[in-house]
Amino acid sequence: MSEIQFEIDGSIVTATEGMTVLGVAQKAGIYIPTLCHHEKLEPFGGCRLCIVEVEVKGWTKLVVSCVYPAEKDIIVRTRSEKVDRIRKTILELLMAHAPDAPELVKLAKVYGADKDRYEKDPSFCIHCGLCVRYCNEVTGKNAIGFVDRGINKEISFIPQIAAVECNDCKQCFPLCPTSYLQAAFVLTQALAFPSAVNSGPETGE
Amino acid sequence: MDTIMELDNIDRIIDKHHGEASALLQILLDIQSENRWLPWEALARVSERLAVPLNRIQHIATFYKAFSLVPKGRHRVHICVGTACHVRGATRILDTVEEAIGIKPGETDLDLNFSLETVNCLGCCALGPVMEVDGKVHGKMSPVKTSQVLKIYE
Ligand code: SF4
Ligand code: FES
Repeated sequence: MSEIQFEIDGSIVTATEGMTVLGVAQKAGIYIPTLCHHEKLEPFGGCRLCIVEVEVKGWTKLVVSCVYPAEKDIIVRTRSEKVDRIRKTILELLMAHAPDAPELVKLAKVYGADKDRYEKDPSFCIHCGLCVRYCNEVTGKNAIGFVDRGINKEISFIPQIAAVECNDCKQCFPLCPTSYLQAAFVLTQALAFPSAVNSGPETGE
Repeated sequence: MDTIMELDNIDRIIDKHHGEASALLQILLDIQSENRWLPWEALARVSERLAVPLNRIQHIATFYKAFSLVPKGRHRVHICVGTACHVRGATRILDTVEEAIGIKPGETDLDLNFSLETVNCLGCCALGPVMEVDGKVHGKMSPVKTSQVLKIYE
């Protein structure tokens, strides 16, 4: 496979065809913040936090590094005034939904994001899709999915599947940056299969 | 028509599309138009026959406004509240309908007779305020006329 060389933050990096800019950076030990990226999952490009500046033949553009393919001779800048400003706004928008999510709080310090800049809409889920995609791509159980779209988009467990699969799995739980997933599960359980909460597996009746 | 669709009917629709996963959207549309809404059992059947996970079908069925996951009435009432109809008194028409059927936009009455929806323009502003029932346009509505039109469908 052909090797591709390009520049990230002043250092020359080597990639093979098909790698993303984020993948190359991570391999080279260069940090780019991410929220919706997971090494076991297909690139998603949902949170836009991994945005970077790319210079191609003298033209600079902003790209989402977790889905942008590595290209020969491009120049990548992982931090610039513009990139930082965009990340700050993204964080502020997300914090209108999940002001106390630890990962967001940590990143907000770095980028000077103000969690109170936008009016609060405590929906908690930030649509990173980690839970949905993990359940789909890794465990293959498909117990959880998105419903609706735009500002009404939500995660939703399929009760019939969740009732039999989730209690013994819960692999997606630690992935959620906001704990909304756990809350949604408890709610689904209480509403749709409450018997599974109280009776242990050996209660035969 | 029954509110819960027979599995045979669903299978017939699926067979028409050769049970192919790529025809998912068309199958859902066919069920929607025959049954006016998509019962959970129907989605589960489609998922099983097409080998498409239920969570994907649920996402698609909730994504497009053409689908409904709750029962819809036999008659679909659309009240235009676009600018032209609005200034000609669409709110009074809407009020009349809400009062007569006892439901708000987005809802269906208990007898499954009417579903009410507001729309933003039906493309015939000169006839405003406009009300559409089952695709038939009723123009230049007044509260009195509105009640009369609804009577036809009761
Ligand atoms: S529930 Fe959590 S993991 Fe799932 S999409 Fe929302 S924020 Fe991401
Ligand atoms: S990590 Fe790239 S968009 Fe979320």
